[in-house]
Amino acid sequence: MKAFTYERAQSAEAAVKAATATPAAKFIAGGTNLLDLMKLEIEQPQHLIDVGRLPMAAVEDTADGGLKIGAMASNSHAAADPRVRQRYPLLSEAIVAGGSPQLRNKASVGGNLMQRTRCAYFYDTSKPCNKRQPGAGCAALEGLNRNAAIFGASHACIATHPSDMAVALAALDARVETLSPTGQARSFPILELHRLPAERPEMDTHLVPGELITAVVLPPPPKGAQVYRKVRDRASYAGGLASIAVAGPNVALGMVAHKPWRAVDAEAALAAGATPAEAMARELDGASSAGRNDFKIALVARLGAAALAEAKGERT
Amino acid sequence: MCGRRFGRVGLRTTITVNGQARALDLDPRTTLLDALREHLRLTGAKKGCDHGQCGACTVLVNGVRINSCLSLAVMHDGDEVTSIEGLGTTEALHPVQRAFLTEDAFQCGYCTPGQICSTVGMLAELEAAIPSQETPRGAKPALTDAEIRERMSGNICRCSAYPQIVAAIKSAAEAMA
Repeated sequence: MKAFTYERAQSAEAAVKAATATPAAKFIAGGTNLLDLMKLEIEQPQHLIDVGRLPMAAVEDTADGGLKIGAMASNSHAAADPRVRQRYPLLSEAIVAGGSPQLRNKASVGGNLMQRTRCAYFYDTSKPCNKRQPGAGCAALEGLNRNAAIFGASHACIATHPSDMAVALAALDARVETLSPTGQARSFPILELHRLPAERPEMDTHLVPGELITAVVLPPPPKGAQVYRKVRDRASYAGGLASIAVAGPNVALGMVAHKPWRAVDAEAALAAGATPAEAMARELDGASSAGRNDFKIALVARLGAAALAEAKGERT
Repeated sequence: MCGRRFGRVGLRTTITVNGQARALDLDPRTTLLDALREHLRLTGAKKGCDHGQCGACTVLVNGVRINSCLSLAVMHDGDEVTSIEGLGTTEALHPVQRAFLTEDAFQCGYCTPGQICSTVGMLAELEAAIPSQETPRGAKPALTDAEIRERMSGNICRCSAYPQIVAAIKSAAEAMA
């Protein structure tokens, strides 16, 4: 690990202030992804601001019948909350599909959203990666790209966002609350948190430097069934090849793009009376693959059709 | 402290380890695992992968199991850490330690301290009704073989003593009930 200085923030306001005042500073909460990357010297912060003990770990009812999950709540705590399990089972099931219990006990909800890609070339510092080293090139384009994106990729980056939780949040129309470096609180749809790579794959999100996620807010659950399904190489503790979250009429796909992918074409087709298979075919009209991930198109078609049929109460 | 001997100053961090408050002056880069092993000479928790993939470093922090390799020691100022050395003694084994012996739940033993700390944390999680992907929707989790395998998937055993580990966990849970 490269050397860094460390402070424990006394408040969210103090944390964002410190982040703006110190060059190359990063927030740390659970640290399960950041420390892994720091050991490999992929992340090299010069200053860590520990926000893990800020009093933002509660799960609270909101006035409109939704739920507010503090950014510092552990993944385990969020998944186990009885209100989450009862009203948003999709979210609980997506969270426990990710990582191991030890990781979920430490990892925060805010950190889960901020975790970085698992693309092999992002991790392999001997190979070019535009996300790790802007301008270096992308070894995944013609390399081991089995887990690469099939939606929204660019010539600079075909990496995917690895979170399970974020896929469920995308289907549930969750909002993200943040504190800006100016001290301004803001709230925006989760789909506006992560960005597509385009020419700037080093930027995963639209957050400004020093902006801190303080909470995730769920509106009342949509009417209709909730389903989360994930396909991966092992039955447990493995990153996903693809996942789908269905919440009533809403459909989101995971591990297929640089961000949780809301399947708006599939949603429109379903609303117009299409079958699950037809709706997935419509969505996948816009997909493209890079070679070793060609199979993902057929995989997502079948996974999506099965999950949508399950949500409709059909046996799959 | 080895740090003090070479005149190094670090961040003062006080962690209660196995019931005893320990003050350390640490380089902020020191992981909780390295603080336990290299500074406190508690070598029970093992460094396997050092990336949170194998679970050999599992310890309990405030009663909750985590990977001590993926946590900075300075983040644990004021915390209570229990490592394998704090669970039982040779004369008075923890029920999970006894069950691992009785069921022959290891060969080389390298992963065992992590397996045992993980089991203690896992049984508490089950008691607290924390779900896993094997838990049916809306149900309280039960100690089935499938639940045990899923909940222990963060602990790898290269000798593949998995069937005996599952048996040990079941017999420990019975003994502790």
